[in-house]
Formats: sequence, structure tokens, C-alpha cells
Amino acid sequence: MTVQERVIRAIARACHLDPEQVHPEATFEELGVDSLMGLEIVFELEEEFKVSIPENLAVGMRSVRDVIERLRTLFHDAGELGYSLEPSS
Amino acid sequence: MRRVVVTGVGVISAVGQTAVEFFENLIHARSGVGEITHFPTEGLTVTVAAEVKAFDPSAYFTAKQVGLLDRFAQFALVAAREALLDSGFSPTEAESERFGVAIGTSFGGMETLEAGYERLYGERNLRLHPLTIPRIMYNAAASQISMFFAARGPILAISTACASGAQAIGWAYQQIKYGYADVMLAGGADAPITFGVMKAWEALRVLASGRGDPARACRPFSRDRDGLVVGEGAAVLLLEEYAHARARGARIYAEIVGYGVSADAGHITDPSIEGPASAMRAALAEARLAPEEVDYINAHGTATKANDRLETEAIKCVFGPHARRVAISSTKALHGHTMGAAGALEFAAALLALQRGIIPPTAHYTEPDPECDLDYVPNCAREQKLEVVLSNSFAFGGINAVLVARRV
Repeated sequence: MTVQERVIRAIARACHLDPEQVHPEATFEELGVDSLMGLEIVFELEEEFKVSIPENLAVGMRSVRDVIERLRTLFHDAGELGYSLEPSS
Repeated sequence: MRRVVVTGVGVISAVGQTAVEFFENLIHARSGVGEITHFPTEGLTVTVAAEVKAFDPSAYFTAKQVGLLDRFAQFALVAAREALLDSGFSPTEAESERFGVAIGTSFGGMETLEAGYERLYGERNLRLHPLTIPRIMYNAAASQISMFFAARGPILAISTACASGAQAIGWAYQQIKYGYADVMLAGGADAPITFGVMKAWEALRVLASGRGDPARACRPFSRDRDGLVVGEGAAVLLLEEYAHARARGARIYAEIVGYGVSADAGHITDPSIEGPASAMRAALAEARLAPEEVDYINAHGTATKANDRLETEAIKCVFGPHARRVAISSTKALHGHTMGAAGALEFAAALLALQRGIIPPTAHYTEPDPECDLDYVPNCAREQKLEVVLSNSFAFGGINAVLVARRV
């Protein structure tokens, strides 16, 4: 499963939607994400990738695409530093 | 003086998920008590409770809503919606500000709390769900009701153990009576049938053993009673200022005429005679009723040795010779002790009894106790025209709350 698919799966869980209903280009506004749901998304992403997402990482993200790109960068940077953030399953 | 009437009733309980079903099962003495099915009971000494069975949150809420609601708040919302629909009241923008909420709960979002603790302490998973606090908090039920039904007036969450539901209704009644609100949704909700809460009750050694037929585990006022049975559910009433109700042609169940409260100031768990007696006297005094005018008492009647004996004594103190004539019953035998919901659930039972002219019995009554020698309407419902009903709620912590209603 790709990072994109897993991000969508996590966001869908937080928004109580089916993954098919979450388009990669959808904005959080379109998905009806409020402050609490934003926290749920962060929580589900942490659950999905078994990582700890710092507070400032979520700032400024407005769409599913933003999250996918941000996480890809995070995993890439961690790889450069010798950490393995890519989960096993 | 402004008068306060009840124009809507909503109930969800082990013996029915609407007010009508609830009362039908009470008068036919159908027990909601049985073996616990919510979770594996391995490790429990007492495995009986009065569960709300086959409750499907998706029948009432969207997935997003359920995510924000602990079971106790779900119960409160289901009962509140029924009460509102039953009353036919739908607030305009202006009425919204004079429309309030008061919900009692003893345990709050216990299921959520225990799931969180299991994760944290059991699994050593240090990441808790972000909705944990909004689900657990004691005011979640009251606040969710205000949000669902646009109630922007006075609001309060009350936690006084087993008096919570009665005190919520009492406070709401005062809000209308003294002019702070015109309409209130008031009641109680609890969902305390969890592994942790059951273990805590076990430790206090007040639970019925459930040996024999579990459905008959709770036997109030009967000589062979051996303790209380934990229940769950909610009851919410729509309270309304009398002229407001008349103006819109609402059906009126009864008028709330008295609310009495007292503290034992004695022992944290042992009940007293004087405290409950004092609360009953205060409620009757406010109602300007003589004890002889009361037709039916829905007793606190937990089926512990101590409560039923001392409640009987307290009734004798207040009612004198009339104590032997007034009909008394404890419906807890059937719906269990619903804790923070109990005061509301049982006042609802008393109001429905008044409306229908049928007194629900004290079920599972097997043998008279010389220390409990009043008329407990044993086992069979009784048809009787009722003018005045009284409901007792006595809490751990020595808090006694009594509500009195009369036919309009």
C-alpha cells in the first residue's frame, strides 16, 4: 500500500468516510474538517504510520495532497538521517 | 407564581427504549435484569446487570456524531429527542434563549475512560484518542442536548450520585418557576455497566448476588433481598411553564408542585432516617400538600438491606397512619439501579402511573420483612386513580432529593 493510499485511509477514518470518498485533491474545507477533526486526522496518521507528528507539522495543511507531500518529505528526511519511519506493514 | 408542568417524556432503559415500552414492561413486571453481555465477565464475582439491550447507535446518530458521544450521552440524547417529539415543542429563535437543559449523571463517560485507561495502562500505548475528553466529561450529555436541540438558555450538569437525575429535574423546575426559563429538558443518564465500575461496586459489597434466576436478582422490600443491581439508561422530561404549555395546546402529564432536598450530614454510604424524611417533608411543604393527599410513592427501594428498612422508617415518620395506606413500589426490581438516571427514570414511571391510572408493582417480592411492613404493591400492577405522586431518590454521600407531582 502506498503512502498516498494510507494517508487517505487514515483521513477517511478520522472523517468517518469510506476511503473512496476521500479524493487526493480534496481540501479539508470540502471534507468538513473542523478543529477537532483536524486532531483526529493527526491521531489517525500517527496510528497508521506509528510515528509521532509534531505540532508544527500540521500547520498550514489545507488538503489531502498537502498531507501526502508532507509525510513523504518526513519519511525521506528521516531516511537521510538513518531513521526508519516507513512502517513494517 | 409560575407553575411548571411536564409535557414530554423520553426513556431508554433495560425494559424499553421508549417511554411507552418502558411503562408497559413495568406494569407487566417484565425484568430487564440478566447476565452481562457487554463484555466478558471473567473476573467478576457478580455477573448480573440491567443492560439496555440491542441498542444500535447508528439508528439514532451519524458515524461522525457517534465518534463524539460516549454511551451515556447517546442515551441522554435518545431520551431527550423522544421527550421533545412527545411534547410537540420546537423552539423558535426567540424561544431558544428561554429553553434550557439540566442532565444528571453519576459516572459520565465511563466506557470511554476505561477504554482509554486500558490503552494507556494495559497496553502502554501512550497515544490517546483526541476525542477522549469531550466524550468523558460529565457535562457532555447536557451540552450535546443543547447543541442538538438549540437550547440556549440555562444549562447545568449535576453529579450527586443516585440523586443526580432527581436534582436535575428539581433544578430545571426551579429555573422555570422563578422565571429564568420557560422550557427545560431535564433528566439523567448513566452507562456504568463496565468492568471497572462493576468491580468497584463489588468491592463495596452492596450488589445482589444474582444466584438463582438472574432476572429476579433485585428484590426490593422482600425479606430475602440481597442487594442492588446496576442498571443503565436515561430519562429526560420536557418541563414547561403552564401558560406556555396551555397556549400551544400541549398535552400535560402532570404539574411538578414540590421539590425537597436534604443532606444527612452523617455517613458517606450509610443511609439515615431523618435525612430522607426531611426531604420528603420539604417537598410536601413546597407543594402545600398534606401527607394524606399522596396516593403513590415511587420508592428509592434499592433492595439493599439498609436502604429499604430505613426508607420504610422514613416514610412512617413523614406519613404517620397514612404510611399504611399509601401505595409504594420500587421499579428498580425491573430496570435496575440506573445511578445518575434513577431519579429521572423513576419520576417518569410515577408520572406515567398518574397518567395511566396504573401503579407498577414491586416485582420479585417473595416474603414479607417484619421491618418493611407497608404496602409495596407486590408483584402485580394495581389500577388506581392517582392525584398526587412522589418519587424518592437517596444518594451515597447522604443527598436526598424528592419530587412531587399532581394531576392538572
